[in-house]
Amino acid sequence: MTEEILIAGFGGQGILSMGKILAYSAMMQDFEVSWMPSYGPEMRGGTANVTVIISTERISSPILRQFDTAIILNQQSLDKFEKSVKSGGMLIYDGNGITRHPERKDIEIYRIDAAEEAARMKSPRTFNMIVLGGYLKIKPLIKIENVIEGLRKSLPERYHKMIPDNEKALIRGMEIIRKLNN
Amino acid sequence: MEKELRLMKGNEAIAEAAIRAGVDAYFGYPITPQSEILEYLMEANPYEKTGMVVLQAESEPAAINMVYGGAACGKKVMTTSSSPGISLMQEGISYIAGAELPCLIVNVVRGGPGLGTIQPSQSDYFQACKGGGHGDYHLLVLAPASVQEMADFVELAFDLAFKYRNPVMILSDGAIGQMMEKVYLKPYREREKTLPEWATTGKPPTRERNIITSLNLDPYLHEKHNQKIQAKYREMEKNEVRFEEFQTEDAEYLFVAYGTSARVCQKAVQLARTEGIKAGLIRPITLYPFPSVRINELAGKMKHIISVEMSAGQMVEDVRLAVNGQTEVTHFGRMGGVIPTPEEVLEDLKSKI
Repeated sequence: MTEEILIAGFGGQGILSMGKILAYSAMMQDFEVSWMPSYGPEMRGGTANVTVIISTERISSPILRQFDTAIILNQQSLDKFEKSVKSGGMLIYDGNGITRHPERKDIEIYRIDAAEEAARMKSPRTFNMIVLGGYLKIKPLIKIENVIEGLRKSLPERYHKMIPDNEKALIRGMEIIRKLNN
Repeated sequence: MEKELRLMKGNEAIAEAAIRAGVDAYFGYPITPQSEILEYLMEANPYEKTGMVVLQAESEPAAINMVYGGAACGKKVMTTSSSPGISLMQEGISYIAGAELPCLIVNVVRGGPGLGTIQPSQSDYFQACKGGGHGDYHLLVLAPASVQEMADFVELAFDLAFKYRNPVMILSDGAIGQMMEKVYLKPYREREKTLPEWATTGKPPTRERNIITSLNLDPYLHEKHNQKIQAKYREMEKNEVRFEEFQTEDAEYLFVAYGTSARVCQKAVQLARTEGIKAGLIRPITLYPFPSVRINELAGKMKHIISVEMSAGQMVEDVRLAVNGQTEVTHFGRMGGVIPTPEEVLEDLKSKI
């Protein structure tokens, strides 16, 4: 089993940390993992993206052009990466600020309005965990308790008090993700 | 003691492995994409734990000359930088090689020439393997292709450096430096208490002075010195060649690639195989000494060989020398910080069939 995931959006949305938590929790389940960020000027104010690979085998290229899953969190990234999903793959996007919605017919498209939900939950910083929860609903590769463990390991201790909110966000994400096509 | 499992960036892995390998001192100057090494070491403050000194020098030339001084005292010392910073260090590196001192230099390569870009590249192959500084010398060059190897090669580099009294370079790139993977860390090792007999530690009455210098004004004596270090390189070529093969047993087409490019090529081999193309990969782990003998052996069965590098084609020259006309050798690469995708590499392979 190999799952090749792209997460893309604005810098500051928690893209890189979401990828890191995903990689960390996959590692806890004995998967091979790689986490390859875009770094440098792209990150400062512009778009940020990270490639996460989870596999039962040794991982070859950490740099990819085609992905099993793309998690897209802004319009620029949608325009850039919609074509990068493998045929038969899956695209998850947040509808917030999207004016041109995904159009491909050969992939599964899911929408998760995580930004809106995070605002409603008065917990904007758990936005990325809502998205991650949605993803894990569709691809249950990793157990929630390992994600929590991943959070514990990757967050500095002063943020550990936020873990219960993150858990709530994960579960909420699982509830609100919805499929748009067949 | 159990090995410890962590999820780390390549840069962090180098820093942590250095502490655990019992390194005596690190001297460096920050530059993207390897600043995490110095940052990690500063934060870890290993002086408290192992006595390892971590110092931010005022410049790269200062850092490499601190390495020169520490190495002359028989200590395990290292520096790290990225391409433009490594260029600044070349004078010191040539002196260290001339004075036959062990040390570790890590280059987390970014795209050049000049200040270039902060994105990953492999365009410092010539500089690392063919000199860089002046004079007839070689570094022993290790090319990690994973975060695990970033950690493992620190200890290996020091073992080799002290075995041959020669500087060793880890030639990495921005992708491996910035990427996170899982890594098994070795337990902490104490710093060496006994120093090598050649170290300049003060002259006791029981022996002659130890002299560390790269200056030798008598040409006949200096020729002898050159012959001695050349003999050392021949020994390295005999004993230290390291490489890894991937699906070469029945291959008709061969990729030669190291570091990040080797990872990309491994995927390209998998993609090619699903289309019925018998592709394989040889990954040099030591770039100097180069696995010429093995490439020469493999070349006879190959219809075509492609050297894949993130450069305009540098290692391809060594591949051609190794293949020695047995089959056609071409280069494929991207430059200036662009990483080729497995699909692009596969397309290039298909154009040769």
